[in-house]
Amino acid sequence: MNDKKYIIAGLAIFVVLMTFPFWFNLGKAAPPPEVILTPKALAAKECVRPTALMKVEHQQLLDVWRDTVTRDGRRIYVNEQGKQFNMSLSNTCLDCHSNKAEFCDRCHNYASVSPYCWDCHIDNPKENK
Amino acid sequence: MEDSRRNFLKIAGISALGLGASPVLDAFSKEQALQTPQMIQGEKALKATHWGMVIDTRKIHSSEDLNPMIAACNKIHNIPKLETENHEIKWIWGEAYHNAFPEKETNFLNERLEHIVLPVLCNHCEDPPCCRACPTQATFKRESDGVVMMDFHRCIGCRFCMAACPYGARSFNFRDPRPFIKETNLEFPTRMKGVVEKCSFCAERLAEGKLPACVEASNGILIFGDLDDDKSEVRKALRENYTIRRKQNLGTGPSVYYIV
Repeated sequence: MNDKKYIIAGLAIFVVLMTFPFWFNLGKAAPPPEVILTPKALAAKECVRPTALMKVEHQQLLDVWRDTVTRDGRRIYVNEQGKQFNMSLSNTCLDCHSNKAEFCDRCHNYASVSPYCWDCHIDNPKENK
Repeated sequence: MEDSRRNFLKIAGISALGLGASPVLDAFSKEQALQTPQMIQGEKALKATHWGMVIDTRKIHSSEDLNPMIAACNKIHNIPKLETENHEIKWIWGEAYHNAFPEKETNFLNERLEHIVLPVLCNHCEDPPCCRACPTQATFKRESDGVVMMDFHRCIGCRFCMAACPYGARSFNFRDPRPFIKETNLEFPTRMKGVVEKCSFCAERLAEGKLPACVEASNGILIFGDLDDDKSEVRKALRENYTIRRKQNLGTGPSVYYIV
């Protein structure tokens, strides 16, 4: 046990180095993104489904919409309130949420996901195109 | 008393069960509330069990007669105009008789047919070879109305369907089509590089109660309707005229008929 000093010192240095990223970034968590709704989206008050559900499950909803539209030819979505929507990303979703940069991109960037919806579906603002 | 203890335990047990069950039942009722949204067909949608087309070639006098229908299709489906012939994207286009009907070529062909250009498009076959070739089921025959559809999301760009289609009705996006679209229709998506595309009998228009764009612009050259309905316009045209189908001997069962 003659090397006790060295071992403890080495261990201390090791622990400090390994935990460096944690304490270095302490209290510097990136703030959650703030999405901006267009006046049209604000006026509508609620999306196709409740907001909380849309936040977590919009991708699954779009997936089901795509399959139902192309494979079954059923294109009208009737939600819990009995309101009807055309099941179309280009013409329904992006019609209200016509600010991709401030709405879609902010969350997607924060979550580090890069969906390829806009490779084909033409993003808004449609008027400028 | 022994009896009362017994009763006490019974009541306690039942209450515990009741208390435990209520969150479970709540969860069930929530689950059911989530299932209520429904997906239905639009009221205005045109309905048929086998969409088909009859092309009246007697009404075609020059290749210019085809321009309006081709232009209408290109415009609403965001079809790019690519100069390189191998890169061309075609949903509906013109073809000479001997190219459209290579097995029906004869030595002394009727002069009218010799000179006109026939419109050709996806035949929406009864037994489509493209759908058998597709490894991802990105292209499939919709059983409800017989339209051979594409799900562009699923297409992996293997081009087996292009090799399988005997009519050359499918085009591949060798490059990003967006810069080559003259006038963008914002209501219809474009495609991306690496997917195959073709005519869809304007499935998106049928769902809104409109006839395909080419039919609307064709000035009576194209007749569209339900082949299973003997009162439909297409069946009337088929009854009254002699018609041929492209490469019928291959057994694909095209749904596009030509009055010659």
